[in-house]
Amino acid sequence: MELVTPEIGLVFWTTVSFLILFFLLAKFAWKPIMGAIDDRERSIEDALTKAEAAKEEMGRLTSENESLLKQARAERDLILSEAKKVKDQIIADAKEAAQKEGARQIELARVEINNQKAIAMADVKNQVATLSIQVAEKILQTQLADQQKQDELVSQLLKEVKL
Amino acid sequence: MYLSHILNSKKIALSVILGVFLTFCTCKTFAIQHEEAHEAAAATEHEEEAFNPSEVILEHIADSHSLHLWGTTSIPLPVILYTDKGIETFSASKFEHGHADYQGKYYTYRLVKDKVHIVGEGSDLSAAATVLKPNGKLVDFSITRNVASMWLSIVLLFIIFFSVSAAYKKREGKAPKGLQSFLEPVILFVRDDIARPNIGYRYQRFMPLLLTIFFFIWINNLIGLVPFFPGGANLTGNIAVTFVLAFITLIIVNVNGNKYYWKHIFAPDVPVWLYPIMWPVELVGIISKPFALMIRLFANITAGHIIVLSLISLIFVFKSAYVSVVSVPFVVFMDVLELLVAALQAFIFTLLTALFIGTAIEEHHH
Repeated sequence: MELVTPEIGLVFWTTVSFLILFFLLAKFAWKPIMGAIDDRERSIEDALTKAEAAKEEMGRLTSENESLLKQARAERDLILSEAKKVKDQIIADAKEAAQKEGARQIELARVEINNQKAIAMADVKNQVATLSIQVAEKILQTQLADQQKQDELVSQLLKEVKL
Repeated sequence: MYLSHILNSKKIALSVILGVFLTFCTCKTFAIQHEEAHEAAAATEHEEEAFNPSEVILEHIADSHSLHLWGTTSIPLPVILYTDKGIETFSASKFEHGHADYQGKYYTYRLVKDKVHIVGEGSDLSAAATVLKPNGKLVDFSITRNVASMWLSIVLLFIIFFSVSAAYKKREGKAPKGLQSFLEPVILFVRDDIARPNIGYRYQRFMPLLLTIFFFIWINNLIGLVPFFPGGANLTGNIAVTFVLAFITLIIVNVNGNKYYWKHIFAPDVPVWLYPIMWPVELVGIISKPFALMIRLFANITAGHIIVLSLISLIFVFKSAYVSVVSVPFVVFMDVLELLVAALQAFIFTLLTALFIGTAIEEHHH
């Protein structure tokens, strides 16, 4: 029976000691400890959320990059094909222009040649005329010593000359 | 629970079953021995040296006015007496282990079975119990073995948790280290497995109390297992201590009880004519919950101590050192079991406190 009868002295000391223990521990141990644990848990959670967000951001960036890359590639293809077209155009234009120029040059040359030919012909004609006149003069001088022969010749020449 | 993998081991489960079985066997044996010893004691009453296990055991689990060190050496503790005439303080060494009376300022005191009694002046030590009837009121506020042991545990708790708290400040935001890393899982266990599931989202208010109760009971259970100085006290196996702890639980639960809690007690959902029956039942319920806490802790720890002491006593009952071959392994087994019980009882006390608080502050929506 003595075993199960609480002694007032021990009840008193236990109450006093336990309350002191409780208040001191609550103030100087549990508060900072629980605070630190909570803070750390919060920071870990934050870090995890941030990591998740970063992962998402990363994924978003990657897909964005990919789409950008695709777009860039498409643009490059477009530019290349356009450049090719332009090149072909330029070549074709140049060819045409060259052809035209060539034709024009040839035409000019031909005209020049014809002109020169005409000039040369005129010159030749002049020379031939001069020569003919000189020859004729000489012949006339020799042959036209007598009057009769002169007349004959004139008539003959007149006959011959057909203009 | 993080200990569950231990229980899963087949070998350990088997040995626990065997151990429990054997414990019962020893209890039975002891009971028989006990009776025999009694008979023997009755038969040889004239023999002073007859070993009386029940006396020895009760002396060990009861409180004392001196701290036993070894052999016959012990530290006397201060005696503080509150009498109807005034407060009286003196050292317990004045009693010379019950072999002398002490003449104080107001009365003459005598130590009988480690309890201070007032005796009439001039009555000699061999006088019959009649002279022990106190002729004055006496309340013993002495610093007994249990009080000293409790203060030791409190100092230990301060050292441990102030250093852990300092570690948290010093290593802010870093992983725990050393003692801190050993205690953090325990603190988290109290929070995540005791407070949170039973109290709910308002658990934070009660964390300091639950942690203090848990560690106070645990460390005192462990100190109680140490058979020599600075252990040797049976603090958590003392009904006064468990009474205070249970009383604190009672106060906390009822102070925090909300209107649903009180409505459930004074206006439960039963016909009005049943109220006269319900009120006493509910009021008994308020008391019986902490009462069960008090008895559970007291009985578990005391029973453990009694079993260990009984096993040791066997050696002296049989007056043969050979008995130790059987008894010492059992004692070791019991001590290991008590290590588990020490943590388990702290856990159960805290868990039930949390549960009672939880039911008192629970919000009902119906």
